[in-house]
Amino acid sequence: MELRLATHKQFGAFSLDLDLVIQGEACGIFGPSGSGKSTLVSLVSGLMEPDRGSILLDGTPLFDSGRRIDVPPDRRRIGIVFQQPSLFPHLSVRGNLLYGLKRCAPEHRRIDLESLVRVLQLEPLLDRGVNNLSGGEKQRVAIGRAVLSNPQLLLMDEPLSALDDHLRFQIISHLKAVCREFHLPFLFISHSMLEMRLMTEQVIALAGGRVTAQTTTEHLARERMGLSPVGYINLLRLTGMRLEGGASVYRWEGGELVLPRGAQETSGGLFELSSKDIILFKRHPEAISARNLLACTVVSLFESGSRTGVELAVGQGRLIAEIVPAAAQDLNIVPGSELYAAIKASAFRKLAMAEPGESLPDSGPVG
Amino acid sequence: MPAFSSAEYSAILLSLKVSLAATVVSLPFGFLAAYLLSYGRFRGKLALDVLVNLPLTLPPVVIGYLLLILLGRHGWLGRTLASLGVPVLFTWKAAVIATAVVGFPLMVRAIRVGMEAIDPRLIQASRALGAGPLDCLLTVILPLSIRGLVAGSVLMFARGLGEFGATIIVAGNIPGVTQTIPLAIYDYASSPGGDPMALALCLVSIVLSVAVLLLHEQLGRRMTRLD
Repeated sequence: MELRLATHKQFGAFSLDLDLVIQGEACGIFGPSGSGKSTLVSLVSGLMEPDRGSILLDGTPLFDSGRRIDVPPDRRRIGIVFQQPSLFPHLSVRGNLLYGLKRCAPEHRRIDLESLVRVLQLEPLLDRGVNNLSGGEKQRVAIGRAVLSNPQLLLMDEPLSALDDHLRFQIISHLKAVCREFHLPFLFISHSMLEMRLMTEQVIALAGGRVTAQTTTEHLARERMGLSPVGYINLLRLTGMRLEGGASVYRWEGGELVLPRGAQETSGGLFELSSKDIILFKRHPEAISARNLLACTVVSLFESGSRTGVELAVGQGRLIAEIVPAAAQDLNIVPGSELYAAIKASAFRKLAMAEPGESLPDSGPVG
Repeated sequence: MPAFSSAEYSAILLSLKVSLAATVVSLPFGFLAAYLLSYGRFRGKLALDVLVNLPLTLPPVVIGYLLLILLGRHGWLGRTLASLGVPVLFTWKAAVIATAVVGFPLMVRAIRVGMEAIDPRLIQASRALGAGPLDCLLTVILPLSIRGLVAGSVLMFARGLGEFGATIIVAGNIPGVTQTIPLAIYDYASSPGGDPMALALCLVSIVLSVAVLLLHEQLGRRMTRLD
């Protein structure tokens, strides 16, 4: 997929000026609200017309003010998943899913109802009305509907913002599964760094209607560490849980981590750990209350705002810790330094993201 | 209560027939006008808005008179219809046209209220899923406007039962041919000894109006349940 945008759009005092090329199968658009993310979605999908400029998808112009080209949204073959599911209330789940497929030219149909229903686990919902589905079910149907229209490109405009945390991570795994399974290129729009990192590796940062960075998600996350109240979020895939002395012990990258016993124990999963919750020691602290003390090696240091980020190699894993620059000097932390990282057992938080193949917990209908 | 003769029965039947015909004939035009006023982007939208709503504020007699000119032997519509061998003036068809014109703004308003309550995201979703403007109109906007269409139809039908001023000018007051309930009441009220009959027909009017309103309530409640 290659999307080229060179557009100008004015709304009163706000103007959106884009000049960018997006290549690859997945890209994130990151920015605070009011940065122009949703306008970008409207311009690319044809729901809104730029004042001037051009939009090309895989070399084909979708809009070109100079050549007076403006392909209407129904001919652009661009699927959209909105923040709200926006399902057609007068149609059943099946009717909603088939709406786009029926309007897709036969030569473009490569995703069929059956395989989509399998990937998104929609079988039990098919013949229900859409008004008594739960929030997560509705969004799954909305994703299915957009995917089944067999678009060339899928735009996801804050598709998780209306969902609670628990459902958010379920839907992420569905989104990833469906895009991977059907090789569907997508743009993922969000103001959440965490969602962004779970969805894409490439990202474009927008602020005030301008592109401020086009980089990797990882780089952007490190850059924002010092600005974010939660710091940098380390994502750890923990496995092989066993109970030991009132705590849960998980395997992680060749080592072990101790977590408090949670209410719902699982054998593993994705956990988050803030860079602020890691304390570094130059020498082995003899007595310490933190349950996890890991020997590690400094890989690199980076500046972010008023903080210094320390990239640590722990076994085969990597962790980012943050310290104030003065501490880096006092402890003489440089790449190659041997340190100890202490982490409280309670600092880990499980993200309720289901793995492919893992059954999803059922959520009751709402409303 | 006095016994109705065939003239009264035919007035009641004619009222129902004229109102129903006017409602059915207006429905597609009302839907189209509501759509253009709600979603259209074109020059002359304000003019269309004024034109559609004009009968709401114009005296019905004025509408009747303008229709008389339009449908008369020298009016362009009247000439066309006459050449097709379809006489309109002073037939029940003229009453249908008068009723339709007078009730049209009420119908359009009710449909617009329903139409403008449709979540714009649904329309955008349908377009992005490959539906052209007409496709979207028929498969999303129309089914989601049902409530407004029902409300508009009921309003127009009820208003039609009471149509007097425009009807008497274009259709006359011919018993058994173009005499509807209000025209019959007018006849009885202005003739000596006609009071009991006028009152009886008033009662029929009230019963019909109440029935229509109850039907409207009932339909509204059913649709709420379906949601």
